Amino acid sequence: MSVVPAEAVSGEDARPGAGAPTGGAPRPGGDAVPAPLAARARLLPALAAVYRAQLSRARVARIPLLFVATFQSVGIMILMRGVVDGGVEARSVVAGSSVLVVAFVALNLLAQYFGQLRASGGLDHYATLPVPPAAVVLGAAAAYASFTAPGTAVTAVVGSALFQLPMAHLWVLVAVIPLSGAALAGLGAALGLLAPRQELATLCGQLGMSAALLLGVLPAERMPAVVSYARDALPSTYGVEALARSFDSSPDWLVVCADLGVCAAVAVVSLTAATWAYRRAAVR
Amino acid sequence: MVCAVRGLVKTYPAARGRRGVPAAPAVRASDGIDLEVRRGEVFGLLGPNGAGKSTLVRQLTGLLRPDDGSVHVLGHDLVRHPERAARLLGYLGQDSTALDELTVALAAETTGRLRGLDLRAARAERDAVIEELGLGELAGRPLKKLSGGQRRLACLAAALVGERPLLVLDEPTTGMDPVARRAVWAAVDRRRAERGVTVLLVTHNVIEAETVLDRVAVLERGRVIACDTPAGLKALVADEVRVELVWRDEPPLEAPGVAALREAARASGRRWTLRMAPEQARAAIATVTGGPAFAALDDFTLATPSLEDVYLALGGRSEGAEGLVKA
Repeated sequence: MSVVPAEAVSGEDARPGAGAPTGGAPRPGGDAVPAPLAARARLLPALAAVYRAQLSRARVARIPLLFVATFQSVGIMILMRGVVDGGVEARSVVAGSSVLVVAFVALNLLAQYFGQLRASGGLDHYATLPVPPAAVVLGAAAAYASFTAPGTAVTAVVGSALFQLPMAHLWVLVAVIPLSGAALAGLGAALGLLAPRQELATLCGQLGMSAALLLGVLPAERMPAVVSYARDALPSTYGVEALARSFDSSPDWLVVCADLGVCAAVAVVSLTAATWAYRRAAVR
Repeated sequence: MVCAVRGLVKTYPAARGRRGVPAAPAVRASDGIDLEVRRGEVFGLLGPNGAGKSTLVRQLTGLLRPDDGSVHVLGHDLVRHPERAARLLGYLGQDSTALDELTVALAAETTGRLRGLDLRAARAERDAVIEELGLGELAGRPLKKLSGGQRRLACLAAALVGERPLLVLDEPTTGMDPVARRAVWAAVDRRRAERGVTVLLVTHNVIEAETVLDRVAVLERGRVIACDTPAGLKALVADEVRVELVWRDEPPLEAPGVAALREAARASGRRWTLRMAPEQARAAIATVTGGPAFAALDDFTLATPSLEDVYLALGGRSEGAEGLVKA
């Protein structure tokens, strides 16, 4: 490849002589004509490259953790079987346990990853590449979110069998996993990049996951008012609700869509915040 | 001129003490640095740990905003437009966390794609650089599983994918065996010969600095205390030679002449280092090899000055010179 691809000189700031002193004096210590800038990486190819790299990272290093997340959720459902006996409560236990897998990986592990990357100086690697910040954040978030898919599906199927719930509408996971995954991964990335210290990023991730566990799995009807407000504020709740409603024999799809819409809105906000946080963390 | 730095100042603010972390005073890591790097040269920054080399490099690569001063790279003002650095230069930092869990091949390919190459070009360059650096057998292994030197070489491979007219390499050969070092310098030389690539190299290895650099800036506490060719710098101390004595056990201070040498020597364990005029050095060698002191002597060397001697002669901290590696 040439050092000077055609698109490099088409950019506004890359015009030869753009910004050069008009008096004809050479700029201080620099060449009179600035050298052309190499092309930027475009958003989608860069996002795809980050996604692929992060997914391969996750495969190498995180498979044991995915097992832990799945066993944890299945274990919780077995425990709760002694407490709840079918009905609405069983649905929220299965839905909460399934979304917990998403919270474990997307929120907790991603917060830890970005916290570690920031603390060690690993962000320098990305910051010295001409890659849009959104590509780094979205690529990592998407990889972590899709990495949760098998664990979430297994948990939902095992839970449905355990509590004899209908599996006819489990296809809704196709929407629940990416949307709650995006919301929680965005939250995890933002926490990891904003936390002033690596330990705090880890702590926030763990606390977020604990909240998703307690507020998602335990039946909402028995909660005190204050706790139920906290439950409403947690983005994973809407993924749990959407999945729980799909166990009805004829689900109210409008409400399911509304729940998923909340997930999508939180995802947009949290991923935007994470991108901003990345930009801030990359140049100190 | 590829890179011009004028009056660069960067102060890290004082850190308050926390539990387990002592308070640290403010540090002026760059204290009025002026530098000029010419097209096609291998320019080195030499200094012990804490001299401000990496801080300087981070300001040259747009990673750190200076408090004052200017940085121009290939005609672009990087203080005003730090984001342009990524489109002008390739950077090898000291940390590999971002690549650690990727395989060598994927690390190089991904970095190439993020440097703006399309898939086909990124793969072609990945294969070429892996071949060039002799990483073929390791291509499928994650960086985490490699030795320190191999991992460093893999990071360099990633830094070389996607051509840039300026390469900024922060201690590229740390932990490498001689074969890997040779591969690094061959790759650097080839890019310089074929494409006129300029290389800015951070090192604390004086032997490396003497053999690969065209010009070198010696850094000490955030200041450039000298900047010249290695030969030019060594001419500053050409009237001196270095004598190193290693004793088997305790130095025989009772032997004639040894106590006098002790006065002039810098001792580090059983090793004494003396810098003196050639005729004095001959006398010193005669003293320790001729008399009873010889029985206590393990080894001695007589050498022409190195950049380490230059560093000391220029007023570098003597404890700082320990941070310069001679191997």
